[in-house]
Amino acid sequence: MPSQDEIFSMVQEVLVDALGVDDDEVTREATLIDDLGAESIDFLDIVFKLEKAFGIQIPREELSPEDILTNSQYVQDGVVTADGLAELKKRMPWADLSDFEAEPKVQNFGNLLTVGDLCRYVDAKVND
Amino acid sequence: MRWFWVDRFTEFVSGSHAKGIKNISLVEEAVDEYCPGYPFLPPTLIIEGMAQMGGILVAEHFLFDKRVVLAKVGRAVFHAPALTGTTLHYEVRLDAIQDDGGTVTSTSHCDGVLQAEIDLMFAFLDEGFLVQGPLFDPDDLKGMLQIMKFFSVAVDANGNRFPTYEKLDADPVGPSGTDRS
Repeated sequence: MPSQDEIFSMVQEVLVDALGVDDDEVTREATLIDDLGAESIDFLDIVFKLEKAFGIQIPREELSPEDILTNSQYVQDGVVTADGLAELKKRMPWADLSDFEAEPKVQNFGNLLTVGDLCRYVDAKVND
Repeated sequence: MRWFWVDRFTEFVSGSHAKGIKNISLVEEAVDEYCPGYPFLPPTLIIEGMAQMGGILVAEHFLFDKRVVLAKVGRAVFHAPALTGTTLHYEVRLDAIQDDGGTVTSTSHCDGVLQAEIDLMFAFLDEGFLVQGPLFDPDDLKGMLQIMKFFSVAVDANGNRFPTYEKLDADPVGPSGTDRS
């Protein structure tokens, strides 16, 4: 099983390749959209590259919980409810949702994912 | 002018790979005018040829039921110009596929020498996005595949030669009730 440092190094390589960024830009704290400039189509590319690099399968809903964010049971007036937050935490235990919890607007969710989150997600998959 | 950048398929195995050729002729405007005095096939049109073959490889995997578009050129390395009077031998291999899209890796060889390496990613448009229904008229797509000799060489997922596809025969029964296929 790869170590956390090895996972970070491989994720970094994937993101450099997929997004055309320099490796020193890919820090654990960097957000994929704001800091690294990822666009929606890049996420599909990143998923393909991660699957290949780590030999894992990544179901769409695991990285992109659209079903929760568009469910009226979990979202009211564009804000994720306490039940919705609980569901997101259950779905994405590897993601740091603390900033999002402070202002849980659906529109803020898009830029949530960091490189560190991605590494923790992969770590959970490969060490499952 | 028809936007065909592969002359014909020479091999097609569903879910695996496709091979084809592109002859480069001085009569083609894009070849003659791209770099006046030094005619060669522009690299972007080699990518386009690979995208046509790769798009068909991906679309065929889903029996032409997905709205496949080229989403990203992951890598494109050209080792030599594609000069007039030569033939490029393209090979496109399906790398990964899932419900949202697919990736292919491809090569171009000229006289047995590696000429280009290109990786592409395709995505599938959600139904209703941009336009309703298929991106191609099924008859046009089938006609293009026939011109490119796809049906002459293709082997489908079950290993059958001369495959047929329901989606390419959207209206197989004509107004008079006669089968047009």
